[in-house]
Amino acid sequence: MSIGQQGSTSSGGSAGGSGAGPSPAGTPIEFRLDPATGVPTYLQLVHQVEHALRLGYLRPGDQLPKVRDVVASLAINPNTVSKAYRELETKGLIVGRPGQGTFISATLSQVTLPELSGLRRSLRSWLAKADTAGLDESGIVALVASELRDFYERRSGSPTRGGAAPGETEGVA
Amino acid sequence: MNVIEATGLGKRYGSTQALRACSLAIPEGHVTALVGPNGAGKSTLLNLAVGLSAPSEGTLTVLGGRAPGSLAALDGIAFVAQDTPLYKHLSAGDMLHLTRNLNRCFDRAYAEARLAELGIPQKRKAGRLSGGQQAQLALTLALARRPRLLVLDEPVAMLDPIARHDFMASVLTAAVDDGVSVLLSSHVLAELERVADYLIVMSSGRIQVAGEVDDLLANHRVLTGPTAEACRYVERPVVQVGGGGAQAHLLVRATADTRSPRAGRRTRSASKSSPWPTCASPTPPRCPARSARAMTTRRR
Repeated sequence: MSIGQQGSTSSGGSAGGSGAGPSPAGTPIEFRLDPATGVPTYLQLVHQVEHALRLGYLRPGDQLPKVRDVVASLAINPNTVSKAYRELETKGLIVGRPGQGTFISATLSQVTLPELSGLRRSLRSWLAKADTAGLDESGIVALVASELRDFYERRSGSPTRGGAAPGETEGVA
Repeated sequence: MNVIEATGLGKRYGSTQALRACSLAIPEGHVTALVGPNGAGKSTLLNLAVGLSAPSEGTLTVLGGRAPGSLAALDGIAFVAQDTPLYKHLSAGDMLHLTRNLNRCFDRAYAEARLAELGIPQKRKAGRLSGGQQAQLALTLALARRPRLLVLDEPVAMLDPIARHDFMASVLTAAVDDGVSVLLSSHVLAELERVADYLIVMSSGRIQVAGEVDDLLANHRVLTGPTAEACRYVERPVVQVGGGGAQAHLLVRATADTRSPRAGRRTRSASKSSPWPTCASPTPPRCPARSARAMTTRRR
């Protein structure tokens, strides 16, 4: 996330007015966009929700920001937000309740939160080790990606999960 | 309902043909971007749509068959011309008053609430507001007329990135809240990608392409490959040819009717292995003969 992006997001919230901009009280996540990735905007929103679900930031029952609030804070086309929410609904992750909003209805996190933070701690200490050894960020990502692929290939012969992993790792770090 | 519908539309200024043979139908409920270089005819088209000028040839209707410039059309359309025209010596409050008296319908409470929300003091003269605030004031005046179609000519050209973001956020929020259809012209392409879901590309007075952004993205591909081969293999309509002596870039279009199963297969094979899409082109692009190596397709 670039500094410019953050700046414009917050200013959009203030100008959008009348409770616009995902308020801290209302929704547990706030979307952001990375204009540099080339990933379509709606997919970026989908990925951010899935990401938050995997890491346990979002749980069933949590409310997603209203379409209007996302539009007001990111200045994107409302249909883009609707498309992202439709996609998430098709995946069975969220459900829209008419007149109330959109809520998380399923979860993607396979482990409990304490377990997750334990794993995160050991990962962080490993990262520190890699850093002292002289690996830079892309070196670490490459190493993790290749090791991950090997791991899953060895275990099941299907390397599919490895493909998605580098992005995730980047997000965590 | 189509917010704008044109058939064979043309506009001539003296000996200059500013617009020729334009046909389009923009459905309701879209944020439409009208893009093209300076002098492409964007402003001419917008002026025709809001009834500021009359077409030289062809027909144009707005808001489902109404004549541009008629009372019924004027009530439903709000227009902010280039460079946010305001009476600079009038205060923001006076501008509200003026606009209310010049229009048959004006939601004063909404306008005042919006100005308060934006932190624009009503007593300040319009000319002494910042560029972003002037743009927001002009937008407020337009939205307070409660239009069904909002037409903006180069709304963000003069604004800095933050003011641009805020302005577009306001426009899009209005689109969500009140279901306003939006038609805006711009040459700031970077933001448009996120803002618009319907695109009209113009150049030299003609409409080059018009359609929903998702469809246009799905139907256009950039092919990169050896120039020598390009002549032989390209079958789809080629929109644009570029590249150097050895390597050519073609922007090709797969229109709905040419989208046979074969076309689908060809896309895949082109992205995977080397050869250009097979088949002869009726109008091969000009290409100097040279040899080259790698080729890819990528989405545009």
